[in-house]
Amino acid sequence: MVIKDIFDSKSVMTEGAAKKCPVVLMTRVRLARNLSDHPFPGWAKAPQKKEVLETCLPAIATLRPMKSGITAEIEELSELEKQILVERHLISRELSGSPERAGVVISKDQSVSVMINEEDHLRMQVVKSGYRFKSAWNAVNNLDTALEGGLNYAFSSRLGYLTACPTNVGTGMRASAMMHLPALVISNQMEKVVRAVNQLGIAVRGLFGEGSDASGSIFQISNQTTLGESEEAIIKRLSSVLKTIIDQEINAREKILENDPSKLLDKIGRAYGILQNSHLLSSNECMNLVSLVRFGVDLEMFPEEMRNIVDRLFIECQPGHIQYHAGKSIDTSERDACRSEYLRKQFENVDKPVKRILNPTTGEENADTESTNEEENDKG
Amino acid sequence: MSKPLKCDVCDENATVHLTQIINNQIHKIDLCESCAEEKGITNPDGYSLADLLVKPEKGSEEAAESLESLDECPECGYTQKEFKKTGRLGCEYCYETFRPLLGRALEGMHRGDQHKGKVPEEALERKSYEDRINSLESDLQKAIANEQYEEAAQFRDEILELKKSLEAEETT
Repeated sequence: MVIKDIFDSKSVMTEGAAKKCPVVLMTRVRLARNLSDHPFPGWAKAPQKKEVLETCLPAIATLRPMKSGITAEIEELSELEKQILVERHLISRELSGSPERAGVVISKDQSVSVMINEEDHLRMQVVKSGYRFKSAWNAVNNLDTALEGGLNYAFSSRLGYLTACPTNVGTGMRASAMMHLPALVISNQMEKVVRAVNQLGIAVRGLFGEGSDASGSIFQISNQTTLGESEEAIIKRLSSVLKTIIDQEINAREKILENDPSKLLDKIGRAYGILQNSHLLSSNECMNLVSLVRFGVDLEMFPEEMRNIVDRLFIECQPGHIQYHAGKSIDTSERDACRSEYLRKQFENVDKPVKRILNPTTGEENADTESTNEEENDKG
Repeated sequence: MSKPLKCDVCDENATVHLTQIINNQIHKIDLCESCAEEKGITNPDGYSLADLLVKPEKGSEEAAESLESLDECPECGYTQKEFKKTGRLGCEYCYETFRPLLGRALEGMHRGDQHKGKVPEEALERKSYEDRINSLESDLQKAIANEQYEEAAQFRDEILELKKSLEAEETT
């Protein structure tokens, strides 16, 4: 039973944020690869896809990072199992929607996952909590090199790794950061940020990627172009944009605290009140409330230990997870009731938010420049 | 939102707006829902923007160029029409087949048209070994057919040697 394993082992995504990391929730690097002399999955016939699946599954499952991991054929999973994997960012919605002869291999700590027969034969990703592009890239690069030892990739010296969609050709790499930007959202600056960032060839999406909304003020920021630059150059360019966004977010936070602290304290206090007392909670409302609590943790209104719980709740309040915990099939309104019950329990013993106004030039900002520098050191 | 935008294709009210800015150049398209669907834009994964942009704005010279592009990939049977609909390709050889069609679009999508990233060294080396073995094997068959046994023996020895070093590569 795949899902039980998923819940039983600790995950980078739900247990990762040990270190204080106010803005970047997690970083991810994924590579798209195809086998030489096999049509891409979208055009391949069933037997050809089957051959790719049968070649790749064992090749991936025997790699060192995948030891004691989970190997699954998507067709054999239930709808709920697929949904939970999507909510945990371990498979894509596209893979869940066309499961024919598709597979996935997930490492024990859920930080590495490789999808087979998605848009490309292979989509491998490494996720790290916090802001750690360098280590995510190193890990996925090593995984790719190990796989290349046994598989012939479709590659051209002119165009690089050949992918089903020309938007991924070249490095086949998409690096992304999941960013929590509540102050930019509250002060209506996100549109401006998105516009500016798009000009630099960087894409902004919601938590669940393409087409998803930005509930919980969480945004996925990633490179749009893959050809004409090395992986390192792409990551460097993306990082410099991320740093600017972090600065913007910190500035926006300072401004709110300076100009209208009561409004913010009110929002956070109300979020706390609703999470402790509601009896019906939609996943969207829940995301937004939990997001405010995370903001409160950054402002030291809640104890630092709450950060982990909050980051876990972003995933656990998703419909599939609530359904799983209910243990039986339930409809939306029953799910909203279950969700509120689960959150009441989570917040039962959480102390009231401490009302304090931070000196905007201390605490927050220092903590943040620290984590930014770390990334730089990491790179050097 | 001041006045409703018109569809760039059919003049209906546009409800789908695509903007992409690469290298400081703004590309904007407004479409009505049915045209958007026809162009495969409503699928957020598909990428037809570049394709759409290439068409109406370029002169006849380029249009002629795109005609040179083969209609169907000889390797996998994927058609130009299919590519325009989905924005995706059928196999690795489609990149050659549809090269004239792709060339400009790639530049618009990316920051250059030449790969500068990682190279699968090990796989390429293995492939070059395999290619040489394959070509020697066909030479060997030819030599045998022509009863040139001395040469055949030479080819056979070379193949054995290559296979040995290929194996050595793989075990390290």
